[in-house]
Amino acid sequence: MDGMAASDGMDGTDGMDGTRGTVAGGDELIVLEELEKVFRVRRRAGRFRRTRSEVRAVNGISFTVRRGEMVGYIGPNGAGKSTTIKMLTGILTPSGGRLRVAGIDPQHERTRLARRIGVVFGQRTTLWWDLPLRDSYALVRRMYRVPQARFRENLERCVELLDLAELLEVPVRQLSLGQRMRGDIAAALLHDPEVLYLDEPTIGLDVISKAKVRSFLRELNAERGTTVLLTTHDLTDIEQLCRRVMVIDHGRLMYDGGLPGLYEAGAGERQLVVDLEREQPPISVEGARTVRVEGPRQWLAFPAKASAAPLVARVAADYPLLDLSLREPDIEDVIARMYASGDGGGDGPRAAEVPVAG
Amino acid sequence: MVKVLDGLRGYGLIVGMWFRSTLAYRASFLLTTLGNAITSWLEFAGILIIFSHVDQLGGFSVGEVALMYATASCSLGLADLFLGNMDQLGARVRDGSVDTMLIRPVPLFAQVAADRFVLRRVGRIVQGLLVLGWALAQLRPGWSVLEYALLAGVIVCGAAIFGALWALGGAFQFWAQDAAQVQNSVTYGGNRLLQYPPTIYGTELVRGVTYVVPLAFVNWVPLLRLLDRDDPLGLPGWVDFLSPLVAVVMCALTALLWRVGVRSYRSTGS
Repeated sequence: MDGMAASDGMDGTDGMDGTRGTVAGGDELIVLEELEKVFRVRRRAGRFRRTRSEVRAVNGISFTVRRGEMVGYIGPNGAGKSTTIKMLTGILTPSGGRLRVAGIDPQHERTRLARRIGVVFGQRTTLWWDLPLRDSYALVRRMYRVPQARFRENLERCVELLDLAELLEVPVRQLSLGQRMRGDIAAALLHDPEVLYLDEPTIGLDVISKAKVRSFLRELNAERGTTVLLTTHDLTDIEQLCRRVMVIDHGRLMYDGGLPGLYEAGAGERQLVVDLEREQPPISVEGARTVRVEGPRQWLAFPAKASAAPLVARVAADYPLLDLSLREPDIEDVIARMYASGDGGGDGPRAAEVPVAG
Repeated sequence: MVKVLDGLRGYGLIVGMWFRSTLAYRASFLLTTLGNAITSWLEFAGILIIFSHVDQLGGFSVGEVALMYATASCSLGLADLFLGNMDQLGARVRDGSVDTMLIRPVPLFAQVAADRFVLRRVGRIVQGLLVLGWALAQLRPGWSVLEYALLAGVIVCGAAIFGALWALGGAFQFWAQDAAQVQNSVTYGGNRLLQYPPTIYGTELVRGVTYVVPLAFVNWVPLLRLLDRDDPLGLPGWVDFLSPLVAVVMCALTALLWRVGVRSYRSTGS
């Protein structure tokens, strides 16, 4: 009984603090305090028996996003990124913790919140499959009660910047993935949302579409001051768009800060892959260590911050070098290393191959 | 109240979109409308064929059975038109597209109700009304205005009960996504049941649809009173007027379960 009274009291104070915060600062748009989401999973164990277990998809995450920020929210598959976004938008009900977006509790006032946020799911469309793109936008105008003048202005802007003019009369089912994504982004912005959530906005897009989407988001953030929170697997999205990165894994916030700091925190290593004329014992060269030998091919690891040029020069001087390529650590790898550094070294990086010379 | 108006407005907007979507496939729209019309008229033709061999069915004349058929059809038709796609919710839950509904500023219930709206369902109501007219012409019951009002009330309450059953089944699909067929057996199957007088069925069945799934209150119970017939279960007279109460209780129960369902929605991984 005492315990309950105490926690009631604390809740009361929390609420007051929250109010004071918004009144004083006014620029804290998204506030999470010890947010949790627990899924109860039933699995088959034998023909009739089922076992129950709990999965903590989000396990006590706290952060604050200020108005006008552009934040990358990254982590491996199943880390809890989408689950967090879904709680922020009111799709999922949190299991614990406190959550406010623009001062609104998404769980209790989902439809009121919906008018103030924009959401784009990379894997899913909100557009009307069989109708021209224009019809979907007309629905947004009426559903969100956007004043006619405002709507026309916003639509013109999106059409121009996202290159949609040719597509407005085309049924959505006939659009390509990249075109549909641009169409979806426009649909999410016609009601002037204060915050835009993007869940994998560049997934499956070609280079040109990706570039278009990125430059549009940059401009949106710079000119309108729209707060943007995006999840992605593409490091380039983060590099080109976000000054702030949050990394989560196993439902916990691992890192919150700038991109350079992330590399340091992850103690990232790049790899130089060299092809020699013939099989040789492991190369020994200053500033790198040989991590793998396979016939005439050898893998050298060196710190991500160091330049590859002197290393290449040294190897080329001492060994019969035929070809080489450089592997950059990707974001998943950096995250993997953040963990590995915790329990004493991990295995070699799975990295994207970046050819240097041909 | 504001929320209800918001819901109705959103419902209208989404219905409009679906209506225009179906017009993208005009031929398909015409063919399915025609097909539905034929099926429902064949259903009624079945009743007429029975009466070409017998004068009475379970003690009821052709006009009286037609009245049961018509009221059940109208009630189901109304519920089907407005909430008929509740049984599709399971598919929406399974593929995670409920997510995109939850980010719109319209109550979820209105969106699910309007989902994949098909206008051809008006056909069933029209057919029900035509049969109703024919039945009344046969019966010439000599009712007062009050009794005709009661008949209209029967149809509206019946629609509410069918609608609640649909929504209840829909809400249940937040947990069991493949329950659509169970639900259809209660609603569409129930409709077939109610097209014939209760006296032709066994008492256990009639008890079941009175106390367990209150389908008997859709038309049987109040119609027996209107037609001056005895209740096969021998219930007290005031029960005949309980349909509105049953409808209200069912709707309240549905609203409650719907809220719980939405809260426990789990979405899908993406």
